[in-house]
Amino acid sequence: MLLIEDLQVKLGDKEILKHIDLEIQPGETHILFGPNGSGKTSLLMAIMGYPQYEVVAGKIMFKGEDITRLPIDERARLGIGMSYQRPPTINGLKTRQMVQLCAGDEVDEVDLAKRVNFEEFLDRDVNAGFSGGEIKRSELLQLTAQAPDLMLFDEPESGVDMENISLVGKTIASLLQKDLSAVVTKTIMKTKLERKKMGLIITHTGFILDYVSADKGQVLYDGMLSCVSNPREILTCIGESGYKECLRCITETN
Amino acid sequence: MYNRDQLREKANKAIDKTGAIGPDINLDEFDDAPVSHSYMADEDLCSMPEDEQKRLIMAGLDVTKKDRGGTYFQKDTEVIHCHTQQEGIEVIPIRKALEQYDWIRDYYWKLAAVDTDKYTAAAELGLHDGYVIRALPGSKSIYPIQACLYLDKDGLQQNVHNIIIAEEDSELHIITGCATSPHLKRGVHVGISEFYVKKNAKLTFTMIHNWAEEMMVRPRSVAQVEEGGLFLNNYICMKPVRSLQMYPTTHLVGKDAVARFYSIIVGSPGSEYDLGGRIFLKHPGNRAEIVARAISNGGKIIARGHLIGEVPDIKAHLECRGLLLNGGLIHAIPELEGRVDGVEMSHEAAVGKIAQEEIAYLMSRGLSEDEATSTIVRGFLSVDIPGLPPQLKAEIDRAIEESNKDVM
Ligand SMILES: Nc1ncnc2c1ncn2[C@@H]1O[C@H](COP(=O)(O)OP(=O)(O)OP(=O)(O)O)[C@@H](O)[C@H]1O
Ligand SMILES: [Mg+2]
Repeated sequence: MLLIEDLQVKLGDKEILKHIDLEIQPGETHILFGPNGSGKTSLLMAIMGYPQYEVVAGKIMFKGEDITRLPIDERARLGIGMSYQRPPTINGLKTRQMVQLCAGDEVDEVDLAKRVNFEEFLDRDVNAGFSGGEIKRSELLQLTAQAPDLMLFDEPESGVDMENISLVGKTIASLLQKDLSAVVTKTIMKTKLERKKMGLIITHTGFILDYVSADKGQVLYDGMLSCVSNPREILTCIGESGYKECLRCITETN
Repeated sequence: MYNRDQLREKANKAIDKTGAIGPDINLDEFDDAPVSHSYMADEDLCSMPEDEQKRLIMAGLDVTKKDRGGTYFQKDTEVIHCHTQQEGIEVIPIRKALEQYDWIRDYYWKLAAVDTDKYTAAAELGLHDGYVIRALPGSKSIYPIQACLYLDKDGLQQNVHNIIIAEEDSELHIITGCATSPHLKRGVHVGISEFYVKKNAKLTFTMIHNWAEEMMVRPRSVAQVEEGGLFLNNYICMKPVRSLQMYPTTHLVGKDAVARFYSIIVGSPGSEYDLGGRIFLKHPGNRAEIVARAISNGGKIIARGHLIGEVPDIKAHLECRGLLLNGGLIHAIPELEGRVDGVEMSHEAAVGKIAQEEIAYLMSRGLSEDEATSTIVRGFLSVDIPGLPPQLKAEIDRAIEESNKDVM
């Protein structure tokens, strides 16, 4: 379980997250909405442990352990992983090698790459000249190899073309054990019990909801999180009345 | 036009002439008297002490001679092994060549000037030996020829002159190393190299330096590439050295001639490197590229590059990337000189430290900070060298991998 209590984060002199409470149970996937610049990426970076996102108050618990002060690699080893919105280029490191590093030991990278239609990129340097949509697939490939228990997705579907979007959507769903189709073959109860993976997905468009059965949604606005609600309803609300209005209506109805 | 007396006379006049760049070396502090070593047969090579063999391996010399087309091995002032098993390739000690073959006179001091500075002068006046490697017309070497200049005697000044000739339509690969014995502390290496790449020939020359902490090194090289020829020059130096200064010059003298220089340098504390290359593009269709990767661990590295485009329809690119790992200094001096319209010349230079963002990215994939750093450094050093046979590529990767252990 991921449990965030009264988290406040500063970036330089700027108070970027003012008050964050968040709880993700094993098997749950949450959707995070919010306008540009509201601090969504910052929240993910703080959970991952980027030191420039300085925690000034509150705490982050993962699997019962207080990880607020842990370095990035220890959080990764505990089972937290992230698909980045804007990852850096690593010159001279082939994507193929990166996949091996993510897996931690021998893995069939070609097989993994096929799942996200990425075989032809394996011999390119990590993120070097990748297009927006290619970056998303590269990130997804790395995360697949890493297979963490908590997956943080920063806008995984934005910029992905119509043909690849279902591939991306389905891959994320299967990583999070949230395939909409899985329900057909097993009883709903059983599927739920077997689910252990946790997900936190940032999206603007909500396209991802067509593939992933998300449990909860929240809006991040002005450094604060709204109350929890149904992600589809939030999406509709944002579309009809905008973030601010929507924030108010969720808070009121809860 | 070969007159040894005339050469000596010119050399004598330059005996006190300091180098155009780089710290001056007082050659009087070193001894250039011949040191005798006995010739070594194959078995002798293989029974050398293990730590010496390891140093040789790191400089590209494999004593088992496996996957090598020929070997030249000079210890101090003496040739201790010289052999070729590849048809169409000749490997001859230069003193022997000067005594026995007239044709060598068309090459000896024909590109490099004997009176360039005190080092060229010393190489003529106190020549110990060196190699002549020649690929006959049309011959294609499968395995590289290996050459090693080894310093064993402390305080020695080694004077070497090498001549490399790739005749028309030939293909020649050379891997050459310089190394010092584990007990050697100080010494000077003066090495003259003249490269002749003839019409449509291809020469790859990979040089690996493995010096000692107080070594002074002054190579002086000039190359000439004829029509359709390719000269690929790789240089790797990842070990400490007191002072190393070289500025090899290449002339592209026929149309479509190509030269590419790649160098990988790691500068340790107390070391000073001043290196680079200069390429003259004199005919249409000429291509030149100088790529350098420099890491400083606390040492001083000056990375130069100078491309001169004299005619239209040439393309040249200069790239220098420096990484400061642990203090030190990297000074990139790229120069582009277009002398007419229609040249296409570019350069990029960047000096910095490892981006924290890249380390964090790898750490979020489960690597420790140290693992992340060395992964990035390894990536930084891995340059794609087009046209390099896979075998040599593996050789370079191995040298980098070996040295990388010491870098961190
Ligand atoms: N290095 C920085 N210096 C100053 N401000 C920064 C820096 N990095 C981020 N910010 C600011 O912090 C705020 C939050 O940024 P963040 O990336 O978390 O937003 P976001 O919600 O992910 O936005 P988007 O939807 O556009 O991805 C923004 O106003 C941004 O400009
Ligand atoms: Mg963002």
